[in-house]
Amino acid sequence: MARAITLERGVPRFSMRPRVGAIAKHAVLIVVAVVVAYPFYFMITSSLKDVLEAARTPPTIFPTELHPENYSDAWNRAPWGRYFVNTIFVSVTVTVLELITACLAAYAFARMRFRGKGVLFTIFLATLMIPAEATLIPNYVLMSPSRNACLGLPCLGWFDSYQVQIVPFIASAFSIFLMRQFFLSIPNELSDAARIDGAGHLRFLWSIVLPLSIPALITAGLITFLGSWNAFQWPLIVTSRPDFRPVQVGLSAFRQEAGSSYHLLMAASTFVVAPIVVLFLVAQRYLVQGIARTGIRG
Amino acid sequence: MAAEVIPAKVRASPRRRFPIETLQAWLFLLPAVVIIGIFKVIPAIAAFYMSLFKWDVIQGAFRGLGNYTDWLYDSALRSPDFWRALSTTFTYVIFTVPLEMAVALVLAYLLFQKMRARGLYRTLYYLPYVTSFVAAAAVFVWVFNPQYGPANAVLGLVGVGGQKWLEEPSGIFELAASAFGITVPTWLAGPSLALVVLSLVTVWHYLGYQIVIFLAGLSNISQEFYEAARLDGASERQIFTKITLPLLSPTTFFVFTVASIGVLRSFDSVYVLTNGGPLDTTRTVTLLVFRTAFQQAQFGLGSALAFILTLVILLFTLVQFRVLGRRVQYG
Repeated sequence: MARAITLERGVPRFSMRPRVGAIAKHAVLIVVAVVVAYPFYFMITSSLKDVLEAARTPPTIFPTELHPENYSDAWNRAPWGRYFVNTIFVSVTVTVLELITACLAAYAFARMRFRGKGVLFTIFLATLMIPAEATLIPNYVLMSPSRNACLGLPCLGWFDSYQVQIVPFIASAFSIFLMRQFFLSIPNELSDAARIDGAGHLRFLWSIVLPLSIPALITAGLITFLGSWNAFQWPLIVTSRPDFRPVQVGLSAFRQEAGSSYHLLMAASTFVVAPIVVLFLVAQRYLVQGIARTGIRG
Repeated sequence: MAAEVIPAKVRASPRRRFPIETLQAWLFLLPAVVIIGIFKVIPAIAAFYMSLFKWDVIQGAFRGLGNYTDWLYDSALRSPDFWRALSTTFTYVIFTVPLEMAVALVLAYLLFQKMRARGLYRTLYYLPYVTSFVAAAAVFVWVFNPQYGPANAVLGLVGVGGQKWLEEPSGIFELAASAFGITVPTWLAGPSLALVVLSLVTVWHYLGYQIVIFLAGLSNISQEFYEAARLDGASERQIFTKITLPLLSPTTFFVFTVASIGVLRSFDSVYVLTNGGPLDTTRTVTLLVFRTAFQQAQFGLGSALAFILTLVILLFTLVQFRVLGRRVQYG
């Protein structure tokens, strides 16, 4: 991405042309930027208006009077503390466990010789093509109360729980591929040296491979965390009580509840979006790199 | 006997190390295999099994392909819903993907050149992608609110009457024609305005993601091609159409497939923005699966529908593998 084309260079041009071109380019980029950013701007400004001003037409560009208390009002209207604890617990647990399973599996595929490797790798590759819709109904049945039968055994009975939101997601073929690509790039000399020093696979993975793979770990972790934070359909169907519901389902319920208290809904949307946006701004380099890499490799 | 023992022993030394490593490798793979097996592979097979039965919460009689034929042509209740949902889904793809790709490509091309504030633009374009559709919908439903929304305020500025946006079941061509007092036949009405707004919000959401992929594709094109073209006196437009576009074609095709699959299987956007309405004009196949299975508790019928959708998605994926395997590229 660092290589940039400098199209102006080389061909002699009128001195004004690059300038006009640059202005036109920025004009296009700015127009799109305004369209992309407007919903965020609208969300934040509306969240600071009072109820009457939030519904005024045409909308005021900026709140005439700032009402930061909307945030505490919105917060107190629904069990947000509970929702956030649920989402943070589920997202962090899924991310950590998923990285562990992905590193172990990726290491085996990248650096170990074993029987059945080709077949297993192909099966993993194939699972990437199975859309979530195809497995949604059987997984729902699998989670249903244990008096129901799943393939002759009692079902798991996991509705309204944390494990229903965690366990199915602690391994993903996608993360395994991402980590495998990275592990393949670690030079063989390192593993030879480690073997001569008497280190086994687990030791080599833990003390050499993982420290070298921190950027890849952050990338895979971020992608998993983002998916878990924004998860909606699955928690919507397998949870029914606030005790275990995540923020996205909570926000969806709050939309009905807030009704015409639009300023409160915007305040709630802002604090649901804010943590992930901040995380993205801090770590965007890794996320963007990861998407560019996996995107191209498919 | 003894003659057989010796060669076996000779072979044993390279062979014995192998099973131990195999055992260890399988231990490393065990957690991933168990989880993916239980929650992905077995359910995929189970979905097909369930689709062969009458299955309303509990398993009923074997129906063979009855659930499939119900959707496709047999049931006066189901098949009109299916064909309508399928056509809505494809319309959703058609109104989303080309626009999304064209805008992303142009922006990526501009951002690829040396310029000020490049990082800032990219960050900004990317923000919608990390925002959940639930939060985005809360905002957009208000932006497009017929009574209070800023969308109609903007239309008012340019002297166009207010629209019902996400609540408008009429077709966009029908609406455009009626502005000039023309009535168009039903087959020319076009997709509902609600579906088009849904497409626009989807474009907003995925734009940054596609820009990143296009940027990566652009950086894979060797600098030498540009230099050679410049030496030959090619114009900027010629460089774009004769070098950038052809060499970028694998990326373009990849983005096309990923974006199409993304829209084919999208649920959150539809559920939170329109929930299938108005007048079912945005009821996609995924939403129909959701309603059949989780609101009408028809798991067999729902599984059959999900399986049909999966086949469509698989077809897209396979075409991608075939074409990318042949490489849509020169050089």
